[in-house]
Amino acid sequence: MPLPAVQRERAASDAIFVMTDTSPVQALRTDGARAVVADSRTVTSLALTTHRLSLWIKSPRPYLMLIGFAGFLGFWYLSVEVWKLPRFSEMPGPTEVLREWFSRDPTYGLSIFVPEYYMHIWVSTQRILTAFFLATVIGVPLGLFLGGSERFKQYVFPVFELLRPVPPLAWVPLAIVMFKGSETPVIFLTFLASFYATALNTMLGVESIDVSYIRAANCLGAKRWQVFRHVIVPGAMPFIFTGLQISVGVAWFSLVAGEMVSGQYGLGYVINTSYTMVRYPTIIIGMATLGIVGYVTSAAVRLAGDYLMQWRTRELALGGDR
Amino acid sequence: MSVQPAQVQGFSSTLQPVRKGAVRIDDVVKIYGADDTGILAVDHCTFEVPPGEITEVPAGSLVALLGPSGCGKTTLLNAIAGFHSISSGSIYLDDEILCGPGKLKAQPGPDRIVVFQNGALFPWKTNIENVTFGPIMQGAMSRAEAYNKAQDMMADAGLRDLVHNYPGEISSGVRRRVEIVRALMNNPRILLLDEPYRALDSLTKSVMHEALLEIFYKNRVSIFFITHDLEEAIFLGHRVVIMTTRPCRPKKILDIDIPHPRDYSVLTAKRFRELMDETAAAVHEEAIKAFAAGEKER
Repeated sequence: MPLPAVQRERAASDAIFVMTDTSPVQALRTDGARAVVADSRTVTSLALTTHRLSLWIKSPRPYLMLIGFAGFLGFWYLSVEVWKLPRFSEMPGPTEVLREWFSRDPTYGLSIFVPEYYMHIWVSTQRILTAFFLATVIGVPLGLFLGGSERFKQYVFPVFELLRPVPPLAWVPLAIVMFKGSETPVIFLTFLASFYATALNTMLGVESIDVSYIRAANCLGAKRWQVFRHVIVPGAMPFIFTGLQISVGVAWFSLVAGEMVSGQYGLGYVINTSYTMVRYPTIIIGMATLGIVGYVTSAAVRLAGDYLMQWRTRELALGGDR
Repeated sequence: MSVQPAQVQGFSSTLQPVRKGAVRIDDVVKIYGADDTGILAVDHCTFEVPPGEITEVPAGSLVALLGPSGCGKTTLLNAIAGFHSISSGSIYLDDEILCGPGKLKAQPGPDRIVVFQNGALFPWKTNIENVTFGPIMQGAMSRAEAYNKAQDMMADAGLRDLVHNYPGEISSGVRRRVEIVRALMNNPRILLLDEPYRALDSLTKSVMHEALLEIFYKNRVSIFFITHDLEEAIFLGHRVVIMTTRPCRPKKILDIDIPHPRDYSVLTAKRFRELMDETAAAVHEEAIKAFAAGEKER
């Protein structure tokens, strides 16, 4: 009797995680367990990824996703190019945009065959990476301190909470006054929102750690630094990565705002200048590219998180009870 | 259940007829709030063993502290472990003072290891990383030594196949076993168990009880455990200390004269039933008091 899809998926995932003789996880463990200690993790994560990918292909999800995309594009096509609805009259249709996007000789100067297109993507990505990196190396330690020391939190947190609601756009004039050139203000603006998200989530992560773990570490003879390194940091990790996911998202958000105001390259700049120069299809190309590049950066952060927190990935895969 | 002396060798150095893990709790009072910082005032529970009375955990024995929920048992355990201070009195481990006048908070250390109510295996470490955590942190063993010893001990506890799993991948009963092995790796003088079987169903519980007895017979490490289950207390303990509720003090100290090693046939033995009958009334009385106190507060 064929099982419903969901159950089938579940059964298949049980088969790999529960210790059966045929599972790759088990196969790795039985021979020379001691030597495999370090290796088994990376190989296991690879096995897990391919396993999940094959489950995904077999599940209905990719097909539903395609239907969703088709519906969206279909609506766009019909409303702009077939029905010509009043609100959509100025908007370029999907065929026009796609033709422009993939044209060897684009009417408005930007397509996948124009080197400048990649220049814009690269400049934006570089800004994101710089700002995200700064937000992480400043935000994570700050969050760890905020969560770890009640006294430090009492000094710093009220200021933090007052500054946090000020949107990056409101910082634009000050950023331009404060920083020289056109690059630094943009990076500063991009950094801001990311930094708040990272620091706040890290702090919550530290506060979420069950005191039993810290006590257990004390019982087992761990010193202050060891508790920090082996309990506080890994214990806060799930929250830290939630923060980083949000961080990379809001970074794009404020980057585009920053690039619209100042800057000579970047996807935000493309969108803004295309608007003033009435190159409407290029606006859509800029937006779509932002969506794709933004998704890729989020996915990269998620993958890094899965890699660093295999204990969690495996628990979730099992439908863990913790 | 079988206790084979041959298996004991895996736990070398733990077999001396020890003066090991005797805890004396002498006239300990714990007042939350008031003269304390106030952060802990939630409880407003006074714990005291009145002057002159001494509650003792003899070396190499199983002692159960029995009382209704919220009576202050855990407060006492935390004071022994060094998680918080006492207000007055003193606690000794093998005649060395842990805390007392002048030093009201004991220093937590690997000679007294707590096994927590909800389990505290680090979910981000594999089982063997958890088990080797103590000796490696203390610098007592090299990584390789610790791993070798851990592998032997885990194999001995029937955990051979789960060495490289994460705690989240195994059942809660097995997790508890890993946690006890993690404690035993440090060769502690006493294990402090805070209602360790509370979250388990009764079938798993009975398996875990026998497992605990086996650990005790092999290691002869003192075990001090908190429970509100009278049957469990009598089945496992050399001594059962029945506590009153709020303030918490020994109401009745009972030495269980059922010979060790014990197994599940004890539960149907005549002497076991007699002991149950003797104590059930006292326990029930405290349960009613605790219930009434809880009602009043609401």
